[in-house]
Amino acid sequence: MTPTPDLLAAEFADRPLPDTSHGGILYVEGVTVSFDGFRALDDLTLFIREGELRCIIGPNGAGKTTLMDVITGKTRPDTGNVYFGQTLDLLKLREYEIARAGIGRKFQKPTVFEGHTVFENLELALKADKRAFTSLTARLSSDQHDRIDEILETIGLTAELQRLAGSLSHGQKQWLEIGMLLAQEPKLLLVDEPVAGMTEQEIEHTSRLLNSLEGKHSVVVVEHDMAFVRSIARKVTVLHQGRVLAEGDMDTIQRDPKVIEVYLGGEHG
Amino acid sequence: MPDLRLPTLFSRWFRLVLTLLLLGLLQPALATDDAVFQETAKALAGADRNAIRQAVETLGVSQDARALPMLEALRDGRLAVTPEGRLLLRNGEALTNALSGEPVALPTETLSAPPLNNAIRRVLTAAIAQLQLVSPDRKARLSAARALADNPHEEDAPALRQALAKEQDAEVRAALALALAQLDLNSSEPAARLAAVELLGKEGGPKARPLLEQMLAKTEGDELLSQAVNQALANLDFRQALVNQAGNFFYGLSLGSILLLAALGLAITFGLMGVINMAHGEMLMLGAYATYIVQNLFRAWLPGWFDWYPLAALPAAFLVSALVGMALERSVIRYLYGRPLETLLATWGISLLLIQIVRLLFGAQNVEVANPAWLSGGVALAPGLVLPYSRLATIAFAALVLLLVWLLFQRTWLGLQVRAVTQIRPMAASMGINTARVDMLTFGLGSGVAGLGGVALSQLGNVGPELGQSYIVDCFMVVVLGGVGKLAGTVAGALGLGMVNKFLEPFAGAVLGKIAVLIIIILFIQKRPQGLFAPKGRLVEN
Amino acid sequence: MAEDSLSARLLPAAPPSEPSWTKWDSLSAGLSRLHGPTGWTVILSLVLLFGVAIPLLNRLPAADSAWHIPDYLVTLFGKFLCYALVALALDLIWGFAGILSLGHGVFFALGGYAMGMHLMRTMAGEGVYRSELPDFMVFLNWKEMPWFWHGFEHFGYALSMALLVPGLLAFVFGFFAFRSRIKGVYFSIITQALTYALMLLFFRNETGLGGNNGLTDFKRILGFSLQEPSTRLGLYLLTAFLLLLSYLLCRYLVNARFGRVLTAICDAESRIMFCGYDSLHYKLFAWTLSAVLCGLAGALYVPQVGIINPSEMAPAASIEMIIWVAVGGRGALYGALLGAGVINGAKSWLTVAFPEIWLFFLGGLFIVVTLFMPRGLIGLLDLRRRRKTA
Repeated sequence: MTPTPDLLAAEFADRPLPDTSHGGILYVEGVTVSFDGFRALDDLTLFIREGELRCIIGPNGAGKTTLMDVITGKTRPDTGNVYFGQTLDLLKLREYEIARAGIGRKFQKPTVFEGHTVFENLELALKADKRAFTSLTARLSSDQHDRIDEILETIGLTAELQRLAGSLSHGQKQWLEIGMLLAQEPKLLLVDEPVAGMTEQEIEHTSRLLNSLEGKHSVVVVEHDMAFVRSIARKVTVLHQGRVLAEGDMDTIQRDPKVIEVYLGGEHG
Repeated sequence: MPDLRLPTLFSRWFRLVLTLLLLGLLQPALATDDAVFQETAKALAGADRNAIRQAVETLGVSQDARALPMLEALRDGRLAVTPEGRLLLRNGEALTNALSGEPVALPTETLSAPPLNNAIRRVLTAAIAQLQLVSPDRKARLSAARALADNPHEEDAPALRQALAKEQDAEVRAALALALAQLDLNSSEPAARLAAVELLGKEGGPKARPLLEQMLAKTEGDELLSQAVNQALANLDFRQALVNQAGNFFYGLSLGSILLLAALGLAITFGLMGVINMAHGEMLMLGAYATYIVQNLFRAWLPGWFDWYPLAALPAAFLVSALVGMALERSVIRYLYGRPLETLLATWGISLLLIQIVRLLFGAQNVEVANPAWLSGGVALAPGLVLPYSRLATIAFAALVLLLVWLLFQRTWLGLQVRAVTQIRPMAASMGINTARVDMLTFGLGSGVAGLGGVALSQLGNVGPELGQSYIVDCFMVVVLGGVGKLAGTVAGALGLGMVNKFLEPFAGAVLGKIAVLIIIILFIQKRPQGLFAPKGRLVEN
Repeated sequence: MAEDSLSARLLPAAPPSEPSWTKWDSLSAGLSRLHGPTGWTVILSLVLLFGVAIPLLNRLPAADSAWHIPDYLVTLFGKFLCYALVALALDLIWGFAGILSLGHGVFFALGGYAMGMHLMRTMAGEGVYRSELPDFMVFLNWKEMPWFWHGFEHFGYALSMALLVPGLLAFVFGFFAFRSRIKGVYFSIITQALTYALMLLFFRNETGLGGNNGLTDFKRILGFSLQEPSTRLGLYLLTAFLLLLSYLLCRYLVNARFGRVLTAICDAESRIMFCGYDSLHYKLFAWTLSAVLCGLAGALYVPQVGIINPSEMAPAASIEMIIWVAVGGRGALYGALLGAGVINGAKSWLTVAFPEIWLFFLGGLFIVVTLFMPRGLIGLLDLRRRRKTA
């Protein structure tokens, strides 16, 4: 494989691509998921525009994580459609194909390759041809080296590049995972509770980072921390019992009596 | 000391009730027949061979309980006649009056024997068979009916008809029907022939087939009869198919129970605690060896109670396996929680040690574990389908152990703690539950239940140091198939595997059946990775 | 910590630099990517020991000399090298992809049976019954050869079957198992069931592979008598050479990005999939390759040891292979080789000297290694090195 110089323009033979000509990146339509009679998602419909930064909030069991599982192919819904762009039916793709098509996901619990160094973690995440036979001969080009250095800089782990990821602190693992997402260069990022367990300062940094992604990437953030949500989101979707309870900007949401009752009311008095 | 063995008691009761019933039924006939009987019996003491022959024939249809021992004695040369013409039964040195049953003391030199010839011997055999047909002993009835079916005589027909009307046991009925139908098939009466064919179709069992096929060849011209024969053959096939399926079902159920007994302990240690215990098979083995020791103790010290030893072996086996299990949990397994692959290897090492220890203590050969008398024999449901007591007992025992385990988990304080610890460990610990102790007890319980399984296995197959090795793969298959963490899943897994195995065996043979089962499991897990009964969804991920 | 570990000394430390494009440079760059200088020194000395010293000591000194290595020892070393190849194959999947197979005995035995069938076919007419059929078929009163025996009279066909059959079985089995995300102990248990079921199958006389007794009493391979010491030495050298090649192949794989993906799958499979890697392909490739290497080991084993029977498929045999890797130390490839040598050496000695102790030793080893030596012997070596430098 000869590396293409311009990485952002580089596309690979191993992946499908979404068609976003109408401005929409993600269409979730009438999705229902039930586990042994319990409806985790109930006829849920959601639409994300290209370049949008969306926050999804909701009490425990509202179906936030299940929604992420459905989008990334981990869980198959009983009914409904999920499209990436106009044409790409995500329900027909397997997890790795969805990832190659340009959806990246950060887990609630930081998940990195603990047996690998920070550098290797980023190398594995880097946008590249990821087929098994290519991996037998794949080598990093100098452009890719530079790209990794750049990401290390962004996430503040340059000094740790030869450390095993397993020996990093909780916060550093969170950062490394976000760095891996960036290395993947996804069109849509799904971020599950990115600031759980972070200090005020780290939270601020994260919100700046996510804000800076708006426009370049579409981002969906699931979060509990209302202050954080207020600091990043233009538009908020409230889930409750597997359905969309309300949608709009933060102020509208906070005035919505239904939302106050099930969620905000409960937490903020 | 009174004989308290359960089956003996049972059969005594049964005999008593049966005799009383029969006596009640036969009472009016007996009063008048007694004189006839006495008279007939006297003829045996005479010298007239014709009179003896007639007397034998009369006694054969008499249905009198005293006739059978008398005729058997005559056949075996144990019937003696005093100079006064009284009939005596000789049992070795002892003499009894053949009519009253009282013991008699007489010098043997004075006694003579009734003269026998071939004509008498012929009728004697038939008469004995007729009498045996009404014997309360099932085995005697069956062998008599079979003897008659092999060599039927016209004069037996009424006795056969009578016996058939009263007979309950399917196997004896089949033999009776076979004997009777052979007589009627050659009858000149078309109606009798038809009835015989019909009877064979209904009751004859597999042995009636060649008879009917012969018949079919002879029915040329007789449309009605040939139709009846074909119908009877179809009936036989249908019944045989039913019997085969019922047999498969029963043996599947029985194999399933064995698997359940073997795997139930694993369902606790692996299913609830997540410990991959490769030494589980050795817990079974220890239970079986505990049974062996208890058996030897009974043989040496309580021979009169020998039939009860399996009951005493149950707590012994449970304790041995449970203690060994708890020792293992404390010494090795607890350091490996959360590292399943390491646990697998360490417990495999433990299993090697246990096998070698048992080998050094008891020898590498299989040891002999005897079945108590009440486990031998069986119930005949249909010709060719006998349900052995040992298998019935296994099924019942499996159900009982399952019930106990279920009750223990659902209804006791220990069960509550176990469930709390296995579901949300930190929460249970914060509520003051001693999780380490609960782990130890749970593992001990799982191992102890395996010990109980070992008792059952010792009654069904060989007991040797490698006993456990042959079950370990099956046990894991059951638990994986059933889904981890659910008793119901384990039950379904065990019974399902047992059934599939037994229903596949006739087509594929035992080994190919096993391979087919493995393939089925792999394909099944494709569809339901969590097994039959495990919950879907988020719980599984954590 | 990582700097002074043994693996750090043996393996290249930093990510490789810019490739240079002259032929020799790229070769040496390639070699240095596989091993650091210490590693190559060790390999070279092992090659000298096993490839040169042992054959010379077998051939040159007189039989009564203290330096003489008797023929039976050469064959014994050959057997150990076959086991080392199995251990290597196991470490590739267990040490790197975290897949613990309790059924590798099947692949080993299948390779062995393929070679055994060839050896049986080439001695047609020389058996006890002087029949064209193998003796056991005559004994079973069979009139003709089962269909799957055809073709095995050609060495090339038999050799390719020795690699293809285990490979194909592993591929199909692995495809279904990995596709349905059967992982960890579940996978281990199912591989154990696989080897158990196949053992039962091969035990049957009707299967047509010699039943209980398997295949034995071979006479010659490619025209060379198997009784000849020179043939045995040749087989030994071939085994050593193929082991070296296999080791370098595996080393290449685990040093490539392929190897890093494998380890990553072992760490966090869902993460690697959400990174866009199809873990199925990676696992399946490593798994199938591992089975093929085992088949190769089996094919080399049979002519040297002279028998193959279903006991090689017993679950216990496969688990014993695991302990070679565990004792040596997994995840480093050379640890597996070391473990296979040490354990089998101990076994050869103990089963003769103290037969009753052997199982206690083996069982105890399983426990001690898992409890106290999670990194095996190479872990201990690292520890000593660290103490010395400290």
